[in-house]
Amino acid sequence: MPESMAMREVFANTLVELAGQYPNLVVLDGDLANSTRAEVFEQHYPDRFLEMGIAEQNLMGVAAGLATVGLIPWLSSFAVFLVNRDLDQLRMVVAQPNLNVKIGAGYAGLFTARTGKTHQEVSDLAVMRAMPHLTVVAPADGVEARLAMHAATASPGPWYVRLVRDPTPVIFDDSYRYVPGQVVTLRQGTDITLFGTGVQSVRALQAADLLAAEGISAEVVHVPTLKPLDPEGIVRAAEKTGLVVTTEEHTIIGGLGSAVAEILGEHRPTPLRRHGLMDVFGESGANDDLIEKYGLAPHHIADAARALLRTHR
Amino acid sequence: IALYATLALRGFFPVEELDTFDEIDSRLQGHPDMTRTPGLDMSTGSLGQGLSPGVGMALGARLLGKDFHTWVMLGDGEIQEGQIWEAAFVAERYRLDNLTAILDYNGLQQYGWTSAVLNGKRSPRMSIEDPRRLWEAWGWNVLEMNGHDVGEILHTCRQALSFRGQGKPTIIISHSVKGKGVSFMENDYNWHSKVLTDEDYARAMADLERPLGGA
Repeated sequence: MPESMAMREVFANTLVELAGQYPNLVVLDGDLANSTRAEVFEQHYPDRFLEMGIAEQNLMGVAAGLATVGLIPWLSSFAVFLVNRDLDQLRMVVAQPNLNVKIGAGYAGLFTARTGKTHQEVSDLAVMRAMPHLTVVAPADGVEARLAMHAATASPGPWYVRLVRDPTPVIFDDSYRYVPGQVVTLRQGTDITLFGTGVQSVRALQAADLLAAEGISAEVVHVPTLKPLDPEGIVRAAEKTGLVVTTEEHTIIGGLGSAVAEILGEHRPTPLRRHGLMDVFGESGANDDLIEKYGLAPHHIADAARALLRTHR
Repeated sequence: IALYATLALRGFFPVEELDTFDEIDSRLQGHPDMTRTPGLDMSTGSLGQGLSPGVGMALGARLLGKDFHTWVMLGDGEIQEGQIWEAAFVAERYRLDNLTAILDYNGLQQYGWTSAVLNGKRSPRMSIEDPRRLWEAWGWNVLEMNGHDVGEILHTCRQALSFRGQGKPTIIISHSVKGKGVSFMENDYNWHSKVLTDEDYARAMADLERPLGGA
């Protein structure tokens, strides 16, 4: 495996791979194929690439229509548009009739090539998680993104797949199997449990390294599927250490932190700290600068873990 | 409700089931739900969303090599939604001549706004003036018909089908009167979603005994 992969490249290559396997797979683009890399699909399958122009509401509706006649539409656009601009369309003609539409939500999180808060989607997990019928997945790396796209295509019904623009570290190898609705223990630990989702799970792993250097043993659990959740897996991981930090490249409201808090609140109340974007929008800037300024770096996660340990040990 | 009555008469479900309309557990929801009601190709309800799935079905037919024709009913109020024009643009761009929309042009919507021109029978709360101009600008074929004349409806729909192969989607502007046939409802926007009293119902049914098409 390479050290890092860009999910948008994975998105494009996986679409091509899936198109060979599923003759009824089509791709709908919202005038962003050279950003999302869906252009690669168009080069391979020009007849199955449907440009919908800068009109996301119609994009979602056309996808619904295609699904009703037996096609499998994958959508290519930015998360920020697919979540917000056509939320009513997603709700009424995709989620309510439970149609087989796959949302490839590119450029999610803060990495949007310096375009700033207008193009950064940091509340999608909250919004999508509240949508009945939808499966919501935030892969940690390119390997998992590919597997999640395979799982989405194989499973009937609407899926939201959160994808990141720029190269991020690869943590899984060929032996990894993505199972929808199951958490993945990335690292065993005994003092505190760090729950992550999406690429933030990789930063949680790095935070565990920082903590280990101080003699703190952190368990790291990746939650790739925000919906359906894995209540048993979450409770088990929380019980093991009795202290929980959640971390996500997303607002702390409504996303992973809320999901874990809901499960633990009902089944196993556990001291918990939510880490992520503190109810703010982002801004333009280099990726590293954004992660630093908005407190998403591994050392910030380690800080949150230390603070929780101080008050409860 | 007219949709459900039509489906029942066409045998998709028993006519008696119409009595369950909008009751709990009914297959006949307040707005059409394709997951519950037999015979529906799409769920609708939030206005302005129907044309896009129609475009998807017509595109799908082409991709799958099927020759079915897609028909979409539009209200003249809902074409104020921007999504309609997104869909109209894409339908023209993909030359979808296997798609026909029918615009129910009764001039009224739930509330609307006062028109400066009071032209006789039309309500002063006019929904839209001159839809032909708009659809022609979007590159569609435009036909017009009397939406209360069954013979003319059949003729116009056949004419729309005859345009297949010409590379343009078609819209039929169906001139209609809201509340047609019920004297006290005709052209009154207040009846958009009002429930009848028993007395109103008796009067309405008496009016409807007269044949369709009689002014």
